[in-house]
Amino acid sequence: MQEKVLMKGNEAIAEAAILAGCRHYFGYPITPQTEVAAYMAKKMPKIGGTFLQAESEIAAINMVYGAASTGKRAMTSSSSPGIALKCEGISYLAGSDLPALIVNVQRGGPGLGGIQPSQSDYYLATRGPGHGDFHVIVLAPSSVQEMADLTGKAFELAEKYRMPAMLLADGTMGQMMEPVVLPDPVETVPEKTWAVTGTGCAREHRIINSLDLSPVNLERLNLERFKRYEKVEAEEAMWESFLMEDAEICIVSCGITARVSRNAIVAAREKGIRVGMIRPITLWPFPKKALLNAADQVHDFICVELNMGQMAEDVELAIRCRKPVARCNRVGGMIPSPDEVLEAIYKAAGKEAGK
Amino acid sequence: MIVFDKPKSLTDAVFHYCPGCTHGIVHRLVAESIDELGIEGRTIGIAPVGCSVLAYNYFACDMIEAAHGRAPAVATGVKRALPDRIVFSYQGDGDLASIGMCETVSTAARGENITIIFINNAIYGMTGGQMAPTSLIGQVTQTSPYGRDPKTQGYPIRICELLATLDGPEYLARVTVNSVPHVRQAKKAIKKAFQNQIEGKGFSLVEVVSSCPTNWGVTPLEAMKWIDEKMIPQYPLGVYRDRSEEASR
Repeated sequence: MQEKVLMKGNEAIAEAAILAGCRHYFGYPITPQTEVAAYMAKKMPKIGGTFLQAESEIAAINMVYGAASTGKRAMTSSSSPGIALKCEGISYLAGSDLPALIVNVQRGGPGLGGIQPSQSDYYLATRGPGHGDFHVIVLAPSSVQEMADLTGKAFELAEKYRMPAMLLADGTMGQMMEPVVLPDPVETVPEKTWAVTGTGCAREHRIINSLDLSPVNLERLNLERFKRYEKVEAEEAMWESFLMEDAEICIVSCGITARVSRNAIVAAREKGIRVGMIRPITLWPFPKKALLNAADQVHDFICVELNMGQMAEDVELAIRCRKPVARCNRVGGMIPSPDEVLEAIYKAAGKEAGK
Repeated sequence: MIVFDKPKSLTDAVFHYCPGCTHGIVHRLVAESIDELGIEGRTIGIAPVGCSVLAYNYFACDMIEAAHGRAPAVATGVKRALPDRIVFSYQGDGDLASIGMCETVSTAARGENITIIFINNAIYGMTGGQMAPTSLIGQVTQTSPYGRDPKTQGYPIRICELLATLDGPEYLARVTVNSVPHVRQAKKAIKKAFQNQIEGKGFSLVEVVSSCPTNWGVTPLEAMKWIDEKMIPQYPLGVYRDRSEEASR
């Protein structure tokens, strides 16, 4: 095990990626994820890796596509407007069944928006970021420690299921410093039976491709891909339950707002309100079962988000609208205070008390 | 005794190209070059979007299909991950000179050690004959039905000349394949573009002035003449950059 160090979230991602065996980073500058690129620029040349500042986000994701085609661990990082540009390439990665890591340190939008934290790319990430029918694995860290842990996890899952993975952090996660125990280095990245590495004149040529002009074949490929997605949904959902044993109100939140909500929950409990939290760690697959189970237990859900209620819709779907799902949202780079979340908890509790 | 055979670097798949289209000739020249240099086992090709989208079925080496215009970026990713492999992209004019112009220029400026085969036939073939960035002034296409008018549709782009303003490229040449001597010259240029990469010299691009009788609306024979009469005056053949020649001078 490695020793505890103090690190910025963005740097923790970069170091964790290197420890996970990633030697190929392609990026384009954008706030607030710049530290990932800066860290890679310093480190990669010293360990025989690639740091390349691409001419655009579009080029960067296509460089990732090329490097990933060779079976190597490859990644890019960006923030919301840049991720929108990468969507074409992410769709091609998904269509060619290639594993890769895309980091999105979200900022406020739409358009150029702002540079302060946001979770407003929830829809974009969880609905398949690009054209066509597909998913990417979406991981939402809530601490610098998780920034590091989920980076390695993202590579593992991406390779296991041959699909892209997105680390969906908000700007706060990228910028804040916390103590972190970095993961142990991965010694060998698994060999790929599908990678293009040159035939060596010893085998048939391999083709990395998302084109199939036969509707019969293309449908079959889509169906096969969704079979894999079913497996991901059944086996890979991750979440954290916080004080849910006796909870009557369930907060659902991820990233920085989950941290704020924790404080509000502790304060509410001091006043005797039984409130807990389910914090999704994977946003796709969404922890539907955990939420559905909670629907039998609690009388109200509150979704705390840095968007206008994007995840709240997934909560309503997961619990099949059995219980009300209140929204507690701040947008544009604003972050709710624990008191604002506490207000929402009082409202849910008071509404029940007044019945 | 077989005196003329198919290159090993081509598969047995039957080309889908139209009669009089020069893709087939250029595919063969690329495959011959790969064979002669003995690099078929360590070559990785990048196919574009356009008429040659299915090139991945024709070349016997490992292949990747790229998004429209992004082949140089994909090639860069492959080359950086596997520096000892030989990486080439094969792209048309819409792919390389329009939607992919940013990737083309930037990859050339970086002097990326890859080989690009650029097919310039002044039209979008696969989508049915729309105006390309390289379409000639006055050229009638589906999207320039009254002829390309520079007032509203601008001027054709000369890729070799444009890239020759950069310090990055090692080798830039424009060739054509409408006659036997031209095919011989083209072969020499294409082979050199691969040889350069083997020697680690950097970015090499060969522009092949090509035909599209189907969308030009002419016979294959007329298309070969059209290249001489219309294309070459706009796109003069020649070597626009050759660092190793310059060094030996």
